Amino acid sequence: METFLDKVNERIGNVPIQRCYHCRKCTAGCPVTFAMDYNIDTIIKMIQMGKEDEVLNSSTIWLCASCETCITRCPNEVDIARMMDVLREMAIESGVRIKEKNILKFHEAFLSSVKMGGRINEPLMIVDYKLKSGDYFSDMAMGISMFMKGKLTLFSPRTKDMKSVKKIFEETKK
Amino acid sequence: MKVSYYPGCSLHATAKEYDQSVRAVSGALGIELKEIEDWSCCGASSAHMTNFKLSVALPARNLVSAEKDGLNMMMVPCAACFNRFKTAQFYLKRDEKLRIETENIVGEEYKGSIEVKNPVDFIFNEIGLDTLNKKVTRKLSGLKPVSYYGCLLLRPPEICEFDNYENPYMMDAIMKILGAESRPWSYKTDCCGGSLTLGKTEIVVHLVDKLMRMAKEAGANCLVTACPICMANLDMRASEGMRLPAFYFTELIALAMGVGGPDKWFKMHNVDPRPLLDSLGLI
Repeated sequence: METFLDKVNERIGNVPIQRCYHCRKCTAGCPVTFAMDYNIDTIIKMIQMGKEDEVLNSSTIWLCASCETCITRCPNEVDIARMMDVLREMAIESGVRIKEKNILKFHEAFLSSVKMGGRINEPLMIVDYKLKSGDYFSDMAMGISMFMKGKLTLFSPRTKDMKSVKKIFEETKK
Repeated sequence: MKVSYYPGCSLHATAKEYDQSVRAVSGALGIELKEIEDWSCCGASSAHMTNFKLSVALPARNLVSAEKDGLNMMMVPCAACFNRFKTAQFYLKRDEKLRIETENIVGEEYKGSIEVKNPVDFIFNEIGLDTLNKKVTRKLSGLKPVSYYGCLLLRPPEICEFDNYENPYMMDAIMKILGAESRPWSYKTDCCGGSLTLGKTEIVVHLVDKLMRMAKEAGANCLVTACPICMANLDMRASEGMRLPAFYFTELIALAMGVGGPDKWFKMHNVDPRPLLDSLGLI
């Protein structure tokens, strides 16, 4: 039977994560460790132990900012940044409760803006995110100030050939 | 020199001053920018964090469009877009199956004929510091920036191909040519929190405050960056009392070369850099 570890390794498609010998360089260099529920090397251990639900339910996989410091410094070339991407994809697919809902909602708002216009329309994307997350009032003053400075344009040019953009979204949908 | 140009979404909105200063500086340095025909978003962090194939196909659509112009170099000022283009190229070259699949999705052949470069690298290596030096008409004396490269320009090193990725020097060297006193510090490549800015603002505030504290400790009176996401966070997320003005490195090049525009750009910043520049007699 294919274990959780096998599935993760297969999707990363690079060196197997068992190469990790827990030197904890990834955790030490990670700028977001302070806010995570599990350290990065702990996540690797948990994958080896088959703790699929705990890993996919963790905040760590969503708080990872993809700064790639971990993979840059890993002495064994374990692609931890890619591993985090894979774990996020698996969490979405498996339908588990997402621990950091607003982070996923931001990604959804971002990508639906691309799907609609080919390019990000920042004001509309932010409104969409606010509606999705229910976080209506933060950054309001900042938004107004940026609008006054002409930095948030409501009608920016879009991609003309939207058929090709829609096709990309259609055919990469899982 | 004619190169392909990909502004990306943020350079048309929150990073307008980056787009305008890159265009002004390029013009003054004899670089002709050809904007990619009907470009679309690269997918940024949101695509690769949730859907790998999408994160390759979105940049591929733009690379294919750029290749049609027959130019061999593409300038990508946004560090996030730059990173996504380099990453897509890396995987398309390595994985034949993925390349064929992506070509089918995009509907066109991907040649891999175009070299993606960031303007920091471009100005340092293609234009050269000597040429830049000859164009400087006013030294930025008294300006003490720390160069903030962030993550996406440099990492992972085998993809971004940036020299000295733990202690990069190109932006510092450019600052010195402009007459600014670039301050050494250990936080050149520390993350600002990037894509967490809306979903998890408190983390970004924590990270940016640390950067500001360390910049001050290094004796800096401002920060300089080449990334719209870093800039947005530096300019808007630091706590009151912690804030230092931040610049795009191209804004400072334009200021030192006497190229028109800086006044208009500085007004767009959240932390107004004009009092600092005024006190140093630079505007």
